[in-house]
Amino acid sequence: MKVRVSSHLFEYTDGRDELEATGATARELLRDLDGRHPGLYFRVVDEQGALRRHINVFLGNRAERDLDQPLGEVDRVHVLGALSGG
Amino acid sequence: MQQPTNGLLVGTRKGGFALKRSSDGTWRQVGDPIRLGVQVNDFQQDPRRPEVWLHTAGGDFHLGPTVFRSTDAGGTWAEASKPPAFDQVTEEGAEPRHDGTSRGLTVQRSFWFAPGHASESDTWYVATTPQGLFRSEDGGDTWSGVDGFNHHPQYRTWTGEPPGPPDGPFLHSVLVDPRDASHLFVSMSAGGTFESHDAGKSWAPINAGVRVDFGPEPYPEFGQDPHCVIQHPADPDLLYQQNHCGIYRVDLREGRQWSRIGDNMPKEIGDIGFGIVGHPTRPGTVWVLPMDGTRTWPRTAPGGRLAMYRTDDGGQSWTRQDSGLPACGSWIGAKRQALAVIGAPDAPEVCFGATCGEVWVGRDGGERFECVARHLPEIYSLAPAVLA
Repeated sequence: MKVRVSSHLFEYTDGRDELEATGATARELLRDLDGRHPGLYFRVVDEQGALRRHINVFLGNRAERDLDQPLGEVDRVHVLGALSGG
Repeated sequence: MQQPTNGLLVGTRKGGFALKRSSDGTWRQVGDPIRLGVQVNDFQQDPRRPEVWLHTAGGDFHLGPTVFRSTDAGGTWAEASKPPAFDQVTEEGAEPRHDGTSRGLTVQRSFWFAPGHASESDTWYVATTPQGLFRSEDGGDTWSGVDGFNHHPQYRTWTGEPPGPPDGPFLHSVLVDPRDASHLFVSMSAGGTFESHDAGKSWAPINAGVRVDFGPEPYPEFGQDPHCVIQHPADPDLLYQQNHCGIYRVDLREGRQWSRIGDNMPKEIGDIGFGIVGHPTRPGTVWVLPMDGTRTWPRTAPGGRLAMYRTDDGGQSWTRQDSGLPACGSWIGAKRQALAVIGAPDAPEVCFGATCGEVWVGRDGGERFECVARHLPEIYSLAPAVLA
């Protein structure tokens, strides 16, 4: 599965915006990525398992805050920060 | 510190900065901004091992809160492998605890560092919002909750119901008694000041005499709003606090009854502020930076005239120190962690970092101020440092 991340996570991905990960849910993808990019998961998912407030996950083109939803036929997941504010 | 501190580590809303005074007396920024764009609430050098620096990162904005650590004086950085985090609710379908303890909470900001006792060279504490206390025993790489506080049966009673203050409820002013590693103090905005004699296993409120003007009861057992509490560097039996409702002092040899020494401040200035710092060798000397706490609480210099106030007699009298500071038009303030004292113990310099991104250093104990950095992001913290 292709996972696209936004620039504020480049510190963890060696500057790459597109990564390969395996998993049946967004959480599993993020866990898989965390194994190779330690620390990434906690920056986007809090200690209770919830997606952090200003992070958006898209399964394909569909916004999804439940990280345990099956990915289904989706071929790309986006993990994006709304880099807004002053 | 073995050597006199000659620099400052500056935490800002958009990264960390190191400032150093050169041998010719001028100040310069050392290196590049550290983690530019990332909120840094606290940035400190380990007084036991000056090559170790820690800074908090993230939280309120886009990425979750964590801690970064350098063991080569800021040359390279590594993220904590286990950042401060509350307990996870692990059981299937489990709800957060209803007894008011912290399980189920999420750290929003790692806010306030405190190095552990000199005898515990790898111990650090960090206080968070919402109120949580965490300890590292490996120099800041892995952090665990201090359950005696985070799971205290009175946790919710002491901390109050969420959401708390507009900027979030803080735990701060983690004090480790230099004479006894197990003797700790923490303070909460709001919640008050608490003391532990057993390294954080048990806690008791110590707020007698500290006023609350934002609740129905003026002198409750807890629920006060200390903004910053210090254990005086020259006498650890003296605690001073800048509170939402005044400036206070307590001599622990005499008990736990605070006295409002801010009553001796000029009435037109008042005794509201955020930070407070002590003289390295004179127990009667502390500095505060008063702010306008009237009406809508602008938290700016009273009348737009920035000044520090110094007492040399434990708060019986106060002296205005504003030489070198703008005479008018300073509608700025300083956060609770943004006061610091540097230099030789017998010739300390008192410093503050302003919300407008300026750093001011007051030579001769604040007799003459000089702006040593400007145009930084909003300053959250200043910490003394020995810089090569």
